Order: sequence, then structure tokens, then C-alpha cells
Amino acid sequence: MHIFEGFLPSPWWQLWFVFSIPVIFFGMYRLNKLVSEKRELLPLLAVAGAFIFVLSSLKLPSVTGSSSHPTGTGMAAILFGPAIAAVLSTIVLLYQSIFLAHGGLTTLGANVASMGIIGPVAAYVIYKAGMKANINFYVVVFLAATFADWITYVVTSLQLALAFPAEVGGFVASLKAFMVVFATTQVPLAIMEGALTALIFKYVIQVKSDALVELNVITESVLNKIKGVGQ
Amino acid sequence: MKGEAIFAVIAILFIASFFYGMAANPDSEFGGADGQAEDVIAEITDGEYEEWTSDSWVNSVKFEPPGGETESLLFALQAAIGALVLGYFFGYYKGKGQSE
Repeated sequence: MHIFEGFLPSPWWQLWFVFSIPVIFFGMYRLNKLVSEKRELLPLLAVAGAFIFVLSSLKLPSVTGSSSHPTGTGMAAILFGPAIAAVLSTIVLLYQSIFLAHGGLTTLGANVASMGIIGPVAAYVIYKAGMKANINFYVVVFLAATFADWITYVVTSLQLALAFPAEVGGFVASLKAFMVVFATTQVPLAIMEGALTALIFKYVIQVKSDALVELNVITESVLNKIKGVGQ
Repeated sequence: MKGEAIFAVIAILFIASFFYGMAANPDSEFGGADGQAEDVIAEITDGEYEEWTSDSWVNSVKFEPPGGETESLLFALQAAIGALVLGYFFGYYKGKGQSE
């Protein structure tokens, strides 16, 4: 999903930094608070970060003849909220841009905005709405993670289309062209990521379900229902 | 085991879609989508757009993998670090749950 170094002209790369930096700082504040108040949840935080690390290193081939990678941000967004997910994503994006020359430092703001902020926000909103509507927990997790991934790539297309409107057809024509590259490629990958995230949550429920209640991810009654149905 | 079954179905579908992709685009090298985006940018701007950072300070602080092999090493390293942390903590939680 990365926008390459130097592929966002001024003023776009600066604007995306302006958008992303406050969220990252807010996320760091939330992270500090979480670590000092609920130290016992640190391992779960590491798991959420590691999940992003693993998934964003997998470059998977897709139906459209190009390859791309999942984002893994849905899990962190559901567990800890989008702000903390933004911090975790920033760490991964920095690793990839500094050591792998994938993505870039000048485009970091834009990449954090799509993968670290807007994708996780979508996951969070879908998750909260889905749980409120009383849909099956795993289905909601699947949908949230799938859309976190897919929306990330839609936003990447938007960012590029805003920076490079076509001479004929303008922004909309560009958006279409970039969507073909990013959004269609990503559909099967996003679905797979959703399934994988749901599976990971199954294990979290098995081994550490009390943490989910403590983080207000699910209520006690929902947890009992899941465990009752699952056994 | 219902979750695993669903995942297995989706994994099979995914692999099937991959082979379909190979059949539908026999010439494709499955390069990165971001590389394709570069082509789109070139098309939209008639090839006039140059990355503006090519000789600025930005590129000097970054490490460019000397080749494809080193790049896959670093990607593997990234996946390994993540997988280690995941496995360690799930094992830790599981062991803790059993001993209680």
C-alpha cells in the first residue's frame, strides 16, 4: 500500500503529515496511559503489534496479476482503539521505509494516514456498530478487519488521485485508475485477512478472554455467549 | 473447530483465486501494486513526473537493500520477529491458563 518515496508532490506530503502527527501523538499518550495503568496487558499489545509486523511482511499475489500485502491493523484497532493502532503501524512503516526502501519517509504521513489511521478507524466503527447490532462476534471481527485492510487501499488510491488529477477527467478519472491498481487487487487479500484476524481472536478468547472484558472490547455477557456457543 | 474450518475454506478459495490470477494474466510477474501505481502516475502525467526526492537528504538516511535477496531476507526477518512474539505470548498465556 505504500506510496513510494518522492511520489507525492508538495503540498500533499506535508498535508498528510499535518493529518497524521496529532493522531500519533494522541496514540502515544493513550499507549503510555495503558501501559502505566494496565501493565498486565502489555503482552497483548505486543501480540497486536506483532500481528501487524507479520501481516505487512507478506506480499501475496492476487487475481489482478500484481501482489500486495495485508495490513493487520484490524486486531489492534478492535483491542486498543485506532489511536494506538496508528502508533503500532507507524513503527512497522518506519521499519519498512528505512530498511527495505518500501514506502518512504516523506510519504510516511500519507502512509500512516491510510494504514494507521483511516483503516483502523473504519475497523473500530464497524466493530462497535456490529456489536451494538448484536451480530455474531466473529462475523463482526471478520468484517472489521476486512474493511480495515480494504479501506486502507482505497485511501491510498484517493491520496494519489488527489495529488495526480488526470488532465482529462480530473480527480475522478485518476481515482478510477488508481482504484484498479489498489482496491481491486486488495479485495481477496482483505477477505483473507479478515478470516485470519477472526481466527486469531478465537485464540485470544481461548487463552486470555478476561483481557477483552478489561479493555471493554466485549461485555461479560457477550463473552459467556461466545464461550457457550463455541464449546 | 468451526473457526478453523471456515478459515480453511477461505484459504483454499484464496489459493484458487491465485491460480485463476496466474491463468488470467500469464505474463504477469506479480510485481508490487505500488510499482503499478508508478506506471499509472507516469501515464497521467505523460511521464513528466519525477520523484522529487531522488537526490535529496531523504535517500541518504535510508538503507537501500543491495539486491532482491537481501530484501527478502529483511522481509523474512520482519515476519520472523512478528511470529516469534505472537507464538511466545500465546504460549505464555496458554501455559499460564493450564497451571492455574
